[in-house]
Amino acid sequence: MKKRARFQEFCELLKENKLAVAGFIIFVLFFCIAVAGLLLTSGAKPVIDPAMVRLEEKLRPPLARPNLEVLRPDQIPRLNIYLLGTDDLGRDVFARMLQGAWVSLTVGFVAVGISVLVGIFMGGIAGYYGQSRVRVDQVLATIVLFSGAMLLAFGLRDAGLVLFIIAAIYIFSSLAFERVLSGRHLPASVQVLFRGVVSIDTLIMRFVDVMLCFPSFFLILTVVALLPASMYNIMIVIGLTSWMGSARFIRAEFLSLREQDFVTAARALGVNDWRIIFRHMIPNAVAPVLVSATIGIATAILTEAGLSFLGFGVPPPHATWGNILSDGKRFIFDAPWLTFAPGLAILIVVLAFNLFGEGLRDILNPKLRERY
Amino acid sequence: MLSFIGRSLIQKIVTLFLVSIVSFLIIHLAPGEPSQVSPLNPKFTPEIVERFRKAFHLDKPLYVQYVYFYRDLLTGKTVSWKDNRPVLAKIWERFLNSLPLFIVGTIITWTLSFPIGIRSAIFRGGLYDRSATLLSYLLISIPGFFFAYILIIIVVNSLHVPVIGMKTFGLARNCWLPLIMDRVWHLFLPSVLGATGGIAILSRYVRAQMLEVEGQDYIRTARAKGVPEEEVHYKHALRNALLPFVTMFGLILPGLIGGSVIIESIFSWPGIGRMAYEAILARDYPIILTVNFISAILVLAGTFLSDLLYLVVDPRIRL
Repeated sequence: MKKRARFQEFCELLKENKLAVAGFIIFVLFFCIAVAGLLLTSGAKPVIDPAMVRLEEKLRPPLARPNLEVLRPDQIPRLNIYLLGTDDLGRDVFARMLQGAWVSLTVGFVAVGISVLVGIFMGGIAGYYGQSRVRVDQVLATIVLFSGAMLLAFGLRDAGLVLFIIAAIYIFSSLAFERVLSGRHLPASVQVLFRGVVSIDTLIMRFVDVMLCFPSFFLILTVVALLPASMYNIMIVIGLTSWMGSARFIRAEFLSLREQDFVTAARALGVNDWRIIFRHMIPNAVAPVLVSATIGIATAILTEAGLSFLGFGVPPPHATWGNILSDGKRFIFDAPWLTFAPGLAILIVVLAFNLFGEGLRDILNPKLRERY
Repeated sequence: MLSFIGRSLIQKIVTLFLVSIVSFLIIHLAPGEPSQVSPLNPKFTPEIVERFRKAFHLDKPLYVQYVYFYRDLLTGKTVSWKDNRPVLAKIWERFLNSLPLFIVGTIITWTLSFPIGIRSAIFRGGLYDRSATLLSYLLISIPGFFFAYILIIIVVNSLHVPVIGMKTFGLARNCWLPLIMDRVWHLFLPSVLGATGGIAILSRYVRAQMLEVEGQDYIRTARAKGVPEEEVHYKHALRNALLPFVTMFGLILPGLIGGSVIIESIFSWPGIGRMAYEAILARDYPIILTVNFISAILVLAGTFLSDLLYLVVDPRIRL
């Protein structure tokens, strides 16, 4: 009953904001088109073939009828019309746009999914466990673990493995014997090892600062250029370079939430930390992240298009909106549809996500909600 | 005050040190080696590759390479792997090319977005405000390269001026006016493109800030006193709304070296962004790392400057 009322309120607030509704409708349409594009253009014998080269039919304008006399029967486009024209190899731009829609959609969602997950994880730890300090022995163990991993990566197998195993054993045993050790009184020389040096919060937030120092597009470009070209690398790299905003939001929300009465009550009832975090705190903290994630999808789609445009995107036979535009730039005066079709598509989709995100921000804003 | 400066300086230096480590690791742990850039090139015999690796310390362990690299960078001795020229001189040369773009773009951004934002705040909810809002969403959402081609088509078709590159090659030198106009036309499009996103974001921010101040009690008091409307807007509201923007001067500092990769490569503008792009293609690690390092310095200096400006401008902040 309560949940339903909340949802209805949400819908009513959404209806007030026409731009956000428009954004949402375009988003649903885009989603359907992308799924349809995936179904129609993939497989061994696709219904609409985006890779079919017809050299006799190159650079035909949009809505042109195929010239049936020069084409072999299997080359005739399924719709019997070039809805968006053809490119310099005579490939059907409409089919290529359909294929590219799925790339944009997945890159946007997966990249933002990664960044939100990392952001919630980092921000959650910083906000919830931030006050506890990292002990000297933990720092030492981590250093040993990392140097072992590095040595392994550089081919020094024996030394690396030894360090790695030592550190792993230490970490596991300290986790297992924590209860036993905490009661004992240890000699002073050992006690030094268990002194806290730096709080977890400081550690994570300094790391966020470090990540914010990088020029983001340049960093993404560098990493994508160095890694082998694939769609998954792009998603992962975009996701791993854009989590700082949501980490900050989650941390700020957690810092205020953990002082609230319902969290204290849950803790007094003996609810364990994980349940408090996932059941009680995250649902209350997720609103600003949702907004920034919606806008983040728009940014990720733009970034992917930019990378494809520079030639670092998904490898060539596969079409993306960015590389259709990039291929078409040599013909901007002769075949402007090669520039305008993908350009307008990117513009509309990104605009829809931005508008919906801003609408969501207004709706989730508690100041606005009190009026109703 | 002094302790604040000291503390934040130490913090910034630690951050910079971590940035240098992280960027070095990212570049060097990525698969592939610079000596493998063109394995089919007949000039790259194994001996040459070996000599190359020795000359640039690539045969040493990673931490030694790190120390060597930053020692060379701080003493200004780092050279580009591609043409053996000093990195700092190369960056300085390209920086001078990017600078006009940055200056013109910043001037366009700041002179346009304030009037637009203030006007939409004063007539909020009106036709002007709504169209400005929609327009700024459009400008944020449009991909830079697509917008660039639209502008190129329009300008070239209607005005018949050349726009690609920094200047027209081989233009007669005897007359200064066409030369200057040529430069201005070449500068115009890339800087407008560089400014679009800024205009959209900054004008929204100005509007929000003005709206917030206009809702304050002292504005109502001023109106109740019978202060004319103009004076309320421009003397009472605007002056207080300007406060956060003073600090934004610090935050535009990173843009000095940012230089848009995409726009500079569309317009063949020999600026920093394009140099970085070429360095990435050629795996010229010293250039990539140095550009990264300098931009990290500028980001940190920018936040430091904006903190200081806040202290100076806003008397409510005490340390």
